[in-house]
Amino acid sequence: MSFLIKTIEVCKVSQTVSKQDVLHIATLARLKFDDEQAERFTNDLNNILGYIEKLNELNTDNIEPTSHALDVFTVTREDKAAPSLSNEDAVRNAPKSENGMFRVPKVIE
Amino acid sequence: MLGYTLKQLSEALQKKEFSSAELTQFYLDRIQKYDGEIAAYNFVNENVLTQAKAVDERRAKGEALPAYAGIPMALKDLIIQKDMPATCSSRILEGFVPPFQGTAAQLLEDAGFLCLGKLSMDEFAMGSSNETAYYKKTKNPWDTTRVPGGSSGGSAAAVAAGLTTFALGSDTGGSIRQPASLCGITGMKPTYGRVSRFGLIAFASSLDQIGPMTATIQDNAAVLSVIGKYDKKDSTSLDVAQEDYTKYLTGDVKGMKIGVPREYFAEGITAEVRECVNNAIKAYEAMGCEIVDISMPHTEYAVATYYIIATAEASSNLGRYDGIRFGYRAEADSLKDMFYETRSQGFGDEVKRRIMLGTYVLSAGYYDAYYIKAQKVRTLIKQDFVDAFEKVDAIICPTSPTTAFKAGEKMSDPLQMYLSDINTISLNLYGGCGLSMPCGFGSDGMPIGVQLLGKYFDEGRLYNLAYAFEQQAKLPVMPEKLK
Repeated sequence: MSFLIKTIEVCKVSQTVSKQDVLHIATLARLKFDDEQAERFTNDLNNILGYIEKLNELNTDNIEPTSHALDVFTVTREDKAAPSLSNEDAVRNAPKSENGMFRVPKVIE
Repeated sequence: MLGYTLKQLSEALQKKEFSSAELTQFYLDRIQKYDGEIAAYNFVNENVLTQAKAVDERRAKGEALPAYAGIPMALKDLIIQKDMPATCSSRILEGFVPPFQGTAAQLLEDAGFLCLGKLSMDEFAMGSSNETAYYKKTKNPWDTTRVPGGSSGGSAAAVAAGLTTFALGSDTGGSIRQPASLCGITGMKPTYGRVSRFGLIAFASSLDQIGPMTATIQDNAAVLSVIGKYDKKDSTSLDVAQEDYTKYLTGDVKGMKIGVPREYFAEGITAEVRECVNNAIKAYEAMGCEIVDISMPHTEYAVATYYIIATAEASSNLGRYDGIRFGYRAEADSLKDMFYETRSQGFGDEVKRRIMLGTYVLSAGYYDAYYIKAQKVRTLIKQDFVDAFEKVDAIICPTSPTTAFKAGEKMSDPLQMYLSDINTISLNLYGGCGLSMPCGFGSDGMPIGVQLLGKYFDEGRLYNLAYAFEQQAKLPVMPEKLK
């Protein structure tokens, strides 16, 4: 594993994402960070992304990307009505529900 | 009743040597006695004894029962069993009780198995030590100051401590094999598409696969024979015939070609692990196998490739946790704030780290540089396996570079934790089958695992190879103090 550890140490000096970037990514992911967390995640992401840079050693021109291990085809079923979850079951786990519907905070002022 | 194989338990129940209620009570008593320290169970099914008694009544009436009727088992807490809590060891799924049945659980139920409960895991299967679990941080039964491995750490520890007959786990980058290795049991990651993922709470959809974690090879083969079935409810399930894997357990492995990939024996592997695995290789040679040196040149790129692909898929899969339909909800005045607060309070740090990485590599401007690049390297890694399997029947290597590490040892450095899975990750990117079984112990008294990797749907061959070794090695699968 030592060759990997060396790579990590080298990469710790380079900065790929800033704290501002981290806060922006957090917004995209609907996560909130305080200052200390943002700092920590910036550091973690930079370490990981630094390590990932390793892939650039490889020439991948003319290589087809693999999105699935095996050949998977789109599977469709016959367009026929079939039973699904009952309304009662569908809302059973909701933190808040009313009249068979999910209750959420006010959306429109 | 400890030490019985599933086949022996089935026969004993049929001969009425003991009842299902007695067997179930035996396991409930062990859970009561030992789980306070091991912390493997997130939830114990309080109805299981009643269910066992019902099986006994049907048996007493002479009803025809399925082969494994009345034998208890347990599930990793991301495998859905209807009406039983499923938390993924995450606060965000607090209180979630699935209103539908997962296919793996259904197939086990059809075979007669009863569910003892749900087992702890790393939160959303993200981790290599079970320390990211929100509810229970499981301990290694061999030494409770050490981790059981992850993410199926609860499943591995429960089997090793005799708190269940067997357990199901899931493997995205080694999450069945690495904890199996660290706890001294057998774990099989079946070929992608062999076991239905319907009812498996998704982490990384192109990699996740459910598999059995057992005390013996025979049990493992028996369980996969039950759950390895095509399922039309899962679009990634492959329509191949169900097999009885126990029929492969002949112990005759003469003439099989086993590849030893030099890249899997890199410097990070401890001398003890290397020696132990080399001894297993020698044992195969003595059994008449041909040992072939092979090279899998893209192995060193697997961890980086995996962490791009797995986190990208995870960031998408975990988008559904918003506090509206199930699980934890944070109180907030607006819908937008509710999303932010629910996700921020509901997910732990490791899950957030992976959502962040996944969101980043999929974001505009970085998609090609990271995600597409990783998918192209995945092609190269896959090709390494295809090339290897043209020369050999199976591949042998260490499962984990070290024995179980101390709790807390790697928690502050995510990257070091990720590298715990360095020998298991490539296989998930390829999609073949892989099995870890015990091959010895380190000087710290902790188990060491050896891994056998196979091509698509070649589980039968791996079981036979593993069985041949197990018959010779005869290693203890449980710490003496827990017997």
